[in-house]
Amino acid sequence: MGSMGVPTEYYQLVAALLFTIGLIGVLVRRSALIIFMSIELMLNAVNLSFVAFSRQHGQMDGQIFVFFVMAVAAAEVAVGLAILVAIFRNRETASVDEVHLLKG
Amino acid sequence: MTFTILGVPILTFLTFFPTVGALLIMLLPASKPRTVRVTAFLVSIITFAASIPLFTLFDSTQRGMQFTEQSAWVPSLGISYHMGVDGISMLLILLTTLLTAVSILASFSAITTRVKAYMVTFLLLETGMIGVFTALDLFLFYIFWEVMLIPMYLLIGVWGGPRRVYAAVKFILYTVAGSLLMLVGILKLYIAHHAATGIYTFDLLQLYDTPLDPGTQLWLFGAFALAFAIKVPMFPFHTWLPDAHVEAPTAGSVILAGVLLKMGVYGFLRFAIPLFPEAAMTYTPWIVGLALIGIIYGALVAMVQRDVKKLVAYSSVSHLGFVMLGIFAWNAQGLSGGILQSINHGLSTGALFLAVGILYERRHTREIADFGGLSETLPWFAAFFMIVCLSSMGLPGLNGFIGEFLVLLGAFRAWPLESLGPLTVGNLVSAIAAIGVILAAIYLLWMYQRVMFGPVTNEKNRGLPDLAKREFWTLAPVILLIIWIGVYPNPFLRKLDVSVSELLSRVHAQTLSMRTAPPALPPLIVPASAEGSR
Amino acid sequence: MGLTLLWLVPLLPLVGAILNGVLAGTLPRKMVSAIGVGSVGLSLAIAVACFGDLLALPPESRRVTQGLFTWIQSGDFHAEVRYALDPLGAVMMLVVTGVGFLIHVYSTGYMGHEKAYGRYFSYLNLFTFSMLTLVLADNFLLMFLGWEAVGLCSYLLIGFWYQRPAAAEAGKKAFVVNRIGDWGFLLGIFLIFVTFGSVDFATVFTQAPQRLAVGSAVATAIALLLFLGATGKSAQLPLYVWLPDAMEGPTPVSALIHAATMVTAGVYMVARCHIFYLLSPPALQVVAIVGILTALFAATIGLVQNDIKRVLAYSTISQLGYMFVGCGVGAFASGIFHLMTHAFFKALLFLGAGSVIHALSGEQDLWKMGGLKAHLPWTHATFLIATLAIAGVFPFAGFFSKDEILYQAWLRGGPLLWMAGVIGAFMTAFYMFRLYFLTFHGRSRVPQEAKHHLHESPNSMTGPLMILAVLSVIGGFVQVPILAGGQRLDQFLEPVFADAVDLAPAAHAASAAGAEVGLMVISLVVALMGIFVAYKFYVADPELPRRLAEQMRGAYRLVFNKYWVDEIYESFVVQPIYQGSVRLWERFDAAVIDGAVNGVGRQIERGAELLRLAQTGYVQVYALILTLGAVVLIGYLALR
Repeated sequence: MGSMGVPTEYYQLVAALLFTIGLIGVLVRRSALIIFMSIELMLNAVNLSFVAFSRQHGQMDGQIFVFFVMAVAAAEVAVGLAILVAIFRNRETASVDEVHLLKG
Repeated sequence: MTFTILGVPILTFLTFFPTVGALLIMLLPASKPRTVRVTAFLVSIITFAASIPLFTLFDSTQRGMQFTEQSAWVPSLGISYHMGVDGISMLLILLTTLLTAVSILASFSAITTRVKAYMVTFLLLETGMIGVFTALDLFLFYIFWEVMLIPMYLLIGVWGGPRRVYAAVKFILYTVAGSLLMLVGILKLYIAHHAATGIYTFDLLQLYDTPLDPGTQLWLFGAFALAFAIKVPMFPFHTWLPDAHVEAPTAGSVILAGVLLKMGVYGFLRFAIPLFPEAAMTYTPWIVGLALIGIIYGALVAMVQRDVKKLVAYSSVSHLGFVMLGIFAWNAQGLSGGILQSINHGLSTGALFLAVGILYERRHTREIADFGGLSETLPWFAAFFMIVCLSSMGLPGLNGFIGEFLVLLGAFRAWPLESLGPLTVGNLVSAIAAIGVILAAIYLLWMYQRVMFGPVTNEKNRGLPDLAKREFWTLAPVILLIIWIGVYPNPFLRKLDVSVSELLSRVHAQTLSMRTAPPALPPLIVPASAEGSR
Repeated sequence: MGLTLLWLVPLLPLVGAILNGVLAGTLPRKMVSAIGVGSVGLSLAIAVACFGDLLALPPESRRVTQGLFTWIQSGDFHAEVRYALDPLGAVMMLVVTGVGFLIHVYSTGYMGHEKAYGRYFSYLNLFTFSMLTLVLADNFLLMFLGWEAVGLCSYLLIGFWYQRPAAAEAGKKAFVVNRIGDWGFLLGIFLIFVTFGSVDFATVFTQAPQRLAVGSAVATAIALLLFLGATGKSAQLPLYVWLPDAMEGPTPVSALIHAATMVTAGVYMVARCHIFYLLSPPALQVVAIVGILTALFAATIGLVQNDIKRVLAYSTISQLGYMFVGCGVGAFASGIFHLMTHAFFKALLFLGAGSVIHALSGEQDLWKMGGLKAHLPWTHATFLIATLAIAGVFPFAGFFSKDEILYQAWLRGGPLLWMAGVIGAFMTAFYMFRLYFLTFHGRSRVPQEAKHHLHESPNSMTGPLMILAVLSVIGGFVQVPILAGGQRLDQFLEPVFADAVDLAPAAHAASAAGAEVGLMVISLVVALMGIFVAYKFYVADPELPRRLAEQMRGAYRLVFNKYWVDEIYESFVVQPIYQGSVRLWERFDAAVIDGAVNGVGRQIERGAELLRLAQTGYVQVYALILTLGAVVLIGYLALR
């Protein structure tokens, strides 16, 4: 590829930024739906990082992994949303603080 | 020498035929318990019949293992499918197949819920037990050792009495605690063997020759011995036994006392002692001391029990003390006596539990105080029960005497170098152990008296039916063996001779150098020709 | 020809026992009797034939053995099922089969109405087999088999009427006390095997004088261990307590087992193993002392008992003591002689007592008898003969045998031992005639309703009584002292005890015919005095005993309550062991061991209790911990 492109560090910076936003979202938000979106954000941050490195090294491995991650994420969202809907039906809430049945 | 049944080598056949039977039973409809019971019984009877050639074809003059089979299993780790028997395991296998058949017959009326699952569990248990006695590869052995635990756990936990879960968990935790330690020991031995020879192998016969420094031996023997001592059970690791026995169904108790406890003994004989003979010698005073305490302690505690099954359970602690004492006497009489006594204990105590089960089915209680005066209405049962009690207390002419006599004689002349004034330690140990024989008479006869004699004080005891035909046939073969071994024990003792002398020579050869003076070895075996010619 | 059938002597009763045992309840009574009595009768016939054959052999080769099969063989240990017949065994065999046969016959009458008739005969036959095995065994182990098996039969027969709690209890007590003795016997066998490398009689007894010095510790240990067994089986101090209780069994059983045969097994054993006692003077002394103490101790208790069978039981213990005195001074043949005559007259006494009890429908209290002479003429006549015999009146059997023991005691044990023996003889004559007078003479104290049933026993019962009476009269003449050539039993037993001669304790007094006659006269006078006093007390002046008891209250209560020995054993041996065991179980097994096991479980549970606090149930807390963990990990890797 051309040497004109954006340097990898920039991509990494964006990826790190995205990841941190996602992480904070997961840690501080209470709504399960938002937490889900934050998780997606983190996954996509990783994806971005993968793709950037893949391009830097000229290897396809990273891009293949991105497909994996996307597939798994899709599956996860499907299952997770289903659970979420079930919880909402039972409890009339999507707040994770209300759902602590696993308390020891 | 190979002997095959339907093209399958006999040991493999014996080990896995019960599993095949179990699979077959799984295909049967659960709605027909009678078919399930009969099929299970047939499977067990066939297994028993198939084990008889082991006895008849066994060459009691040949050294080493017989009926061996060996094929690679996981060659990269040195694991092989290696099976074989010597005199000791051969007799124990016969005991297992016999008691399994008897137990299944005894379960016909006792088990009414989940019959199919019960029979499947029982047959899988048989596979585990026979596997333990046949495996000559430590890896294989360990698998069978653990495999056998699960069905027993289920037998107690599912078909047991009111506190069955407590008893089952206690049983499995006790045993697993020991066997995990043994697993560590096995791995350490495996690595040590590699370090010494450059070969990775779990093959027992090769591991026998692993050179080990005394310190390692002590640790490894300790690890193995603890696992087996829990199983025996030796004092003070015995408290799982009364609970397990009380809660287990009759057949479970029979197998538990008859076979499972023997695995501890067998473990000492096949693994702990020949693998680490020097350490075994070093530990002798401790084990003999515990055995002695077990004999007296078990008998005393048995005496004051109010539940018949608990009484028999504590009597097992006492009897197994005799077995261990005999083994660690390190002479021919003690060892053969100890092994024979463990067979005897399987028969006598197995039969005692069968008898208790027969009572329980009639009265649904095991409290001694609830009985009394049963001789009147159950004459056949009274006679059988009496014979079994007498056998358990070591009356000459019945099997128990032969074992106990040889054990006590072995102990009496054992450890000739350890003396206390004019007496040797052996004299003293034997004298104390013999008190256990007196106590056995007390607790068994007293129990018998309270259960069978006296007037009928409880109306519920009136008019109970005597032995049914099926019950008669569960007890009869055991009684027959009790008398046979008591009157003519030679066929059994001869099968043990070579194994015993091999074990002894291994122990003495390894330890001779440790001693300042050579132990006075008794001549091990009188040539077979001497027998009968006198 | 007879000797080749020796093995059938013990085996036939065994076959009888098995047949009657297995077929119990299905056979008609007549068939049971035929099997039970027939097997012992046949056995007796063969025994007599064997005895005849043995006599035909020259005295020094009168020992034949017959091996059946190897019983136990392990390493260098070897024991066979092998029977041996020698003079000593022959005497015992004849006593066992002879008296045994008579008692079997008697039982067909006495137990005629018993429901468990087959079971009874099965046990009785099994006993005969066991006893014959005991006396004919050729090695210690087979003897031990017989020894324990007679104990078992005793247990089964004492507890024959198991519905009665007292009978069941007495049976168990007998077995357990015997087991205590057997503990010694067993250890004795071990010591013998370790010392001689064999348990065969022939090997052990011929080697003993060569291997063991006189007075050696091993000889003493063997002798004392074996003697412990003998005190259990033969009801000597301190293990005699089971025999009086054993009277709970049917009376013929008391006659056969607890008077004539089994209880004498200890005497037989000491005689059989005499070589060890001769090699150990201290042990020999112990035998004599235990014997004489028991003889006196039991006799004093016998003076005041009111149960007809219990008096006889204490008398048996006392007479067994005499036999041990005989053995204890080295006069083993005299002990065996008294064993034989005692078997005759004591069996007769028990069977006579049985006949009385039978007539009174089960009454055993002496104070509810009296004046029975007229009603039971045959029983009375035979009982009188037996009483005279045990009292030691010339010329009845007991006179000769007891006198010989007393004479030997004088000769080899000293005057003190003799004196004690004579006092015992006086008491014997007294309490036996007290029993006799209270039963057959005086005013009848039989309750009215029982009086109607009073009847002489059937022929099957009186027949054996008469035969035993004849034996009690003439039995003594096999061994007439003084008379030259009269000591036929001594001569017959001589090969067995030959080695005893040079080892026997030195005589304290010179053996002289004059002294012997003098001592005989003294003991005869003493016996007559005993009889006279009994007459005075219980016939002439029936109020006298009560007055005497009032005057010596303390002594009377002590003896009447049997010195409280049972109570002492109960509170100082039985209860402490029992209570200790309960404590061991509850406070050690359940509390300490199981407590430790369950404690480990509880501690793990408690640890888990703490750990579960980490599980808040809030996902975000988990996520935070996860993040922090990741940060720490990355930080560590980055800064490393």
